[in-house]
Amino acid sequence: MSNSGVPKHWRSMKERYRLLGTYCENCRTSFFPPRKICPKCRRKGKTRQIEFSGRGKVFSYTVINVGSKTFESYTPYIIGLIELEEGPRVMSQIVDCKPEDVYIGMEVEACLRKLFEQGESGIISYGFKFRPVDNSWKEYYKKLLAEKKMKIVQRIS
Amino acid sequence: MKIGIVGYGVYIPKLRIKIEDIARVWGHDASSYKDGLGVEEKSVPSLDEDTVTIAVEAARNAMKRAVEVKPGEVGAVFVGSESHPYAVKPTASTVAEALGLTPNLTAADMEFACKAATTGLQACLGLVKAGYIKYGIAIGADTAQGAPGDALEYTAAAGGAAYVIGSGEGVIAEIEYTHSYTQDVPDFWRRDGSPYPRHAGRFTGEPAYFEHVISCTKALLEKTGTTPNDYDYVVFHQPNAKFPLRAAKILGFEERKLWPGLVVSRLGNTYSGSSLIGLASVLDIASPGERILVTSYGSGAGSDSFSIVVTDAIESKRELAPPVMYYLDRREYVDYSLYARYRRLFKEG
Repeated sequence: MSNSGVPKHWRSMKERYRLLGTYCENCRTSFFPPRKICPKCRRKGKTRQIEFSGRGKVFSYTVINVGSKTFESYTPYIIGLIELEEGPRVMSQIVDCKPEDVYIGMEVEACLRKLFEQGESGIISYGFKFRPVDNSWKEYYKKLLAEKKMKIVQRIS
Repeated sequence: MKIGIVGYGVYIPKLRIKIEDIARVWGHDASSYKDGLGVEEKSVPSLDEDTVTIAVEAARNAMKRAVEVKPGEVGAVFVGSESHPYAVKPTASTVAEALGLTPNLTAADMEFACKAATTGLQACLGLVKAGYIKYGIAIGADTAQGAPGDALEYTAAAGGAAYVIGSGEGVIAEIEYTHSYTQDVPDFWRRDGSPYPRHAGRFTGEPAYFEHVISCTKALLEKTGTTPNDYDYVVFHQPNAKFPLRAAKILGFEERKLWPGLVVSRLGNTYSGSSLIGLASVLDIASPGERILVTSYGSGAGSDSFSIVVTDAIESKRELAPPVMYYLDRREYVDYSLYARYRRLFKEG
């Protein structure tokens, strides 16, 4: 039983959980994945860690109908190139969205999902994926509090 | 000094299956299950959702409301569940890492059937009250299992709720008092290595659910010197709609006080998430000064009761994260074959 994937998983864990990248204070550019030095400013660069907001737009996408062994149970699924609001583009699966509903420019936000499992007894890797932004919840409170005034709060349909 | 909830949040996966679709597969009478349980549909996790991802989403929503809490100030994370992805390796440490709370905190998984999370809530209350930690997070999350064809399959659902516990002006709901009631009762169990839990049928009612929920609630009322009339809302663990309705009747709570927190009909039983999603649904509409009674139930068996008073701070924090009703309405139906695929009921070839 190989545990060869464990060190790689551990090294990239935090940036996958929280969408951590690098920001260069010299050229004011953000990078993902994290960089040790700024690829633009080289030794003049002044880098620090940044946690991205998780908000972005679909820059491009493709629908995978024939997946590799690890991901074949997910087919058909969407792989998107997401442009984060801070600038960098990241490759990620887009979830809670049907292949026919995705479009370029769609607003998305990061969520945490399972990425893959190393077999039935190996480590489970978690990380960000993106889902469509849905702000419709903001309208709910008016409705809920009005229902309360009218004393019709009932959760049974 | 007020001690209580400074932030709360829930998460419910998008997929649903209707009771009719499950009944059709097993040749059961759908209407007798729907009427008997008072449940219409249940939530289903996607292939890439489990207790860890649900706990993180719920906790992120709770942190959106707990605006004053800085990551370094959270001293404890407890995750109650009976579907932790690992037998050995805590859910809580992954959740703490994903929330950016590590490394100076304690974290642990709680296990006590459906009441594991309220036990975590009590642990947070104790640590905050003793002054050991500034804030603690208690989470209940499950992707509940029920054997195919078993009565449990009709209700075993997925979802979670998270509560940030602290003190001071930011408290949106003060937890006035808590009481617990525990006995050894063999009503529901899952042996180590078994994929599905087993239950003792009708035995899960009288000597189990009702004995604990009613005795624990009565003891809390007695110790606080309150009566059902002092509460504006009551929330019980909800494995189905019938049990909490009957418990409310026996204890003398008007039915209308139960409705706002009774989410099981459109959600199913989210096990460790159950009573805490119910409480969140009440907090979504509660006004300052209103009082809530919550009693959880965990098989094996025990109950935790809480007397909670909503404060003025709720008005400024409530609308910072999605309400339970939004998640109940956000749904996409799957049939039994897709459900079986998502729940991995098929053996891989």
